[in-house]
Amino acid sequence: MALLELLGMGQKGWGAYLLLATVTTLAVTATALAIGAVLGTAIAAAKLSHSRSLRFVGHVYTTVFRGVPELLIIYLIYFGGSSGITAIGQWLGYDGFLGLPSFAAGALAVGIISGAYQAEVFRGAYHAIPRGEIEAALAIGMNRGLRFRRIIMPQVLRFAIPGLGNVWQLSLKDSALVSVTGLVELMRASQIASGSTRQYFLFYIVGGALYLVLTSLSDRVFNGAERRANRSMSGATIGRA
Amino acid sequence: MPGVTRLSVRNLRKSFGTHEVLKGISLDAQDGDVISLLGASGSGKSTFLRCINLLETPSDGEVWVDSEQIRMIHSKTGSKPASRRQVDHIRSELGMVFQGFNLWSHMTILQNVIEGPLHVLKRPKADCIADAEELLAKVGIADKRHAYPAHLSGGQQQRAAIARALAMKPKVMLFDEPTSALDPELVGEVLRVMRALAEEGMTMLVVTHEMSFARNVSNRVVFMREGVIDSSGSPDDMFGVGASPAFRQFIGHFGNQQ
Repeated sequence: MALLELLGMGQKGWGAYLLLATVTTLAVTATALAIGAVLGTAIAAAKLSHSRSLRFVGHVYTTVFRGVPELLIIYLIYFGGSSGITAIGQWLGYDGFLGLPSFAAGALAVGIISGAYQAEVFRGAYHAIPRGEIEAALAIGMNRGLRFRRIIMPQVLRFAIPGLGNVWQLSLKDSALVSVTGLVELMRASQIASGSTRQYFLFYIVGGALYLVLTSLSDRVFNGAERRANRSMSGATIGRA
Repeated sequence: MPGVTRLSVRNLRKSFGTHEVLKGISLDAQDGDVISLLGASGSGKSTFLRCINLLETPSDGEVWVDSEQIRMIHSKTGSKPASRRQVDHIRSELGMVFQGFNLWSHMTILQNVIEGPLHVLKRPKADCIADAEELLAKVGIADKRHAYPAHLSGGQQQRAAIARALAMKPKVMLFDEPTSALDPELVGEVLRVMRALAEEGMTMLVVTHEMSFARNVSNRVVFMREGVIDSSGSPDDMFGVGASPAFRQFIGHFGNQQ
């Protein structure tokens, strides 16, 4: 019964606290995924570009941010960014320490990493589009913008969904590292709850279970999206000769 | 309008690296002409067709569509069109049918057919749909309009691709081996659609291996060999006594195929 009370929503319970932290984790991850989608699209475009220097920039980005530990990026953005802001503050005459908001810094850091993985997903998806369909778009007189919007984008998204599901899970777990900035997301909340009650087993297992709930729910969302996007391809048995 | 030159190609050249695939091709198509381009694989006939709508960039020469010349910039480093906009415009006036159909796989057949008129020509959607339904009925797949390309047979896909090209109301139709990827029993349904088009007076340039089409449907046969036009003429001349030795040898490979 004591356990239920600890996990409940009541005065002594940590339930509401953990739920709120779960929502924070979800929010950090979703924000990071959105930031990563923008960066990933730009980097994928750079890697597919005709320009040698743009391709180089894209290559460096994906190599660095996939090759360096996530925690280091988070420290770099949060503490590096904060000391940068503090320096600007001092220059403007303010003496104290100015910290970056931990949510924004965390989402940005995870988003930058997510962008590197998403760029690779988008690049692969682009290559999966049959070349002939792009030629048909050229032949009918579509300009670059129309081709991108009507032919390339919808198909890149379709081919990217399974890969994006993967990146989402990676980012969800990376978001646990944002706890080092003091943001009370699911990881930090489990730590605080277990530390204050000394029920380490209980709260870490509950935290882990909540992560699993998030990942299996998002798995279903991505599977559904994949089925929906592929309805034009399903049951395709009578193909071309 | 018979007598109007729809397409004119002057001294077209194309090289890939140091290999010259087209060594100066000239060809005129008047309104209503149906020209069959024949030749062994590697003779440059597909490359020639793809140079007309700039899917390949010609290294030299002129292309005129309805007395509008595609402006090109030729320099030491290569050739490129002077205006992408003009190229897009010219392409919208040329219908292209590919060997591999190349329907957009994420769109239904109807969506494939209205895509060009709706988004490239920016015509009202209701008009585009009405036209598309008519075209799909004409090529005999009206019942498939809400199906996706992957659910159609090759012959049906190719007929849909022809409808997609026709929806742009093109001045000239370019066919790049339209039946070469089809099972033999599906070739006939596509050729019937092409024959009907020819009878309506559509100007057509057809790269093909179908000797019966070249002989019975087209009014001119052009035989390409090693990047040049070896010989050309009416089907009667070309398949009769007037054939060049090379063409006679070429059609010899097709046996008694009619």
